[in-house]
Amino acid sequence: MHAHIVIGIGNDFRGDDAAGLEAARLLRGTLPPEVPVIENEGDPAELIEAWTGADLAIVIDTAVSGAPAGTVVRHTVLGPSLSRGDAPQPPPAIQHASSHALGVADAVALGHALGRLPRELTLYTVEGADFGLGAPMTPAVRRAVEETVAAIADLVPRSSARLRPF
Amino acid sequence: MTHKSIRIGGLTRVEGEGSLLVRARGGRVTDVELNIYEPPRFFEALLRGRDHTEPPDITARICGICPVAYQMSACQAIEAACGTEVSGPLRDLRLLLYYGEWIESHALHICLLHAPDFLGYDSGVAMAADHRHLVERGLALKKAGNELVAALGGRAVHPVNVRVGGFYRVPARAELAPVAERLRRAREEALATVEWVAGFDFPDVEHDYRFLALHHPAEYAILSGTIAVSDGTGFTAADWPAHIVEEQVPHSTALHARLDGTAGYLVGALARYALNGRQLSPLARSAAEAAGLGPVCRNPFRSIVVRAVEILHACDEAIRIIEDYTEPQAPSMPVEPRPGVGHGVSEAPRGTLYHRYRIDGAGLIAEADIVPPTSQNQARIEMDLRHLIEPRLDLPEAELAALCERAVRNHDPCISCSAHFLHLHLDR
Repeated sequence: MHAHIVIGIGNDFRGDDAAGLEAARLLRGTLPPEVPVIENEGDPAELIEAWTGADLAIVIDTAVSGAPAGTVVRHTVLGPSLSRGDAPQPPPAIQHASSHALGVADAVALGHALGRLPRELTLYTVEGADFGLGAPMTPAVRRAVEETVAAIADLVPRSSARLRPF
Repeated sequence: MTHKSIRIGGLTRVEGEGSLLVRARGGRVTDVELNIYEPPRFFEALLRGRDHTEPPDITARICGICPVAYQMSACQAIEAACGTEVSGPLRDLRLLLYYGEWIESHALHICLLHAPDFLGYDSGVAMAADHRHLVERGLALKKAGNELVAALGGRAVHPVNVRVGGFYRVPARAELAPVAERLRRAREEALATVEWVAGFDFPDVEHDYRFLALHHPAEYAILSGTIAVSDGTGFTAADWPAHIVEEQVPHSTALHARLDGTAGYLVGALARYALNGRQLSPLARSAAEAAGLGPVCRNPFRSIVVRAVEILHACDEAIRIIEDYTEPQAPSMPVEPRPGVGHGVSEAPRGTLYHRYRIDGAGLIAEADIVPPTSQNQARIEMDLRHLIEPRLDLPEAELAALCERAVRNHDPCISCSAHFLHLHLDR
């Protein structure tokens, strides 16, 4: 059981779909050691397992919404103001963006059905442009990954201080 | 004659994505085209020029669901090329790792992808809302598989501890004790899963399958053996290229495999069960009998029962291996590269997976060839669809489309990384 957990989702062999994984790698070693950083390649069961019981789960995934490549959006999928009984709402941009059978939106819905969600869930989406097999990440997405990493590195220590018991 | 065209937003609940086109005219199905894109072709090119030690780690990335299968076929092909065969406790550990992957993969497919078809839900998520404990049981089973893979492979997804010749590190006996304890509970959950899925309402459909699976004289083959075919023929891994030929078909980027010149053979759970069912563990065998499977199952909808039986077998055998385990003297055997060709075959959860490598004098990969189970089953899935649809062309289009998706899911195809649309075109 962790107060915080960071999960990067993606596929290293599908161009910009690697953004979440790359962000996780950059964050590992940057964040406090008690914050686990997980790379997830599309296994919703593993996602649910990882975030169950956490105070705050921060998830990074690639999105396809039509926005310019590299656009980073922070979504509060599950926040303190959302009642536990309400269904969380992942943004439409990630509903069908996964290159796997079940994506993060499915994991959130499944976690909700099973009562296995973190207390808060923040999702960072990085808009992808090229998902070609073996393609490198586009420069705009790479810059966006660095931007996202910096934002999360800023967020986690503050949140840790807020959530830790005195 | 009317013409109708339906677009469905995704061939859902298969591992990966695919598209399907069905044309019917005058009461006859004229075309069935399952269109998938295959990452292995990309990886074959990527492997050329790499060191002979690298394919297990590189090919493991082809599929997030069955990386161990890719590692095992790759390791065995390279070891064969180098004149080495891994045996004894190291082979047992490989089996153990592979059982973990079978449990993970089958549990996911049964409980989240396939069962909703039988209970009238359009997704595992929708099913979870009404059948929480069943989905929880599936996830618990999957977790047991994850823990087994993590214990041997270093982590649950894309294990990093496998190397040509064995492992980088092997577990101490004491490390495996809690895994065995977890597997004993999983065995109970697996038995309950067999009983649960055996009670589903199955469409009354049978196909005259030509089955192909690995066969091993001493075990329900998963890791190694010779290739057996249900017509009584068989061949060794080294003879694979003489029997299995892949060809391009116009409608697909994937290659279609032919067995001795004929397309449409079947690999996977039904084939393994038909060819090797007598070698299941006694508990799995009796569960299969109680589930009414009989010695051969030709109803693809019942493959969900066979997968549940295979989970039970995997738990049983994994427990046995852990109980008998003695630590090997070294975590790996030396494998000296030499120029040559090696073939490796194993049973991925979805079916037979073949690797071939040619190694040059510098120990580098000169050629790589990977034949995944889904490309072997593609032609057979199209035949299943044709037989299933033709007598039912009068069904409402939505019902027909749903049936098509079910027919594809029966074979748990791994269609990673392809276009995400299913098109059903009906001219009738």
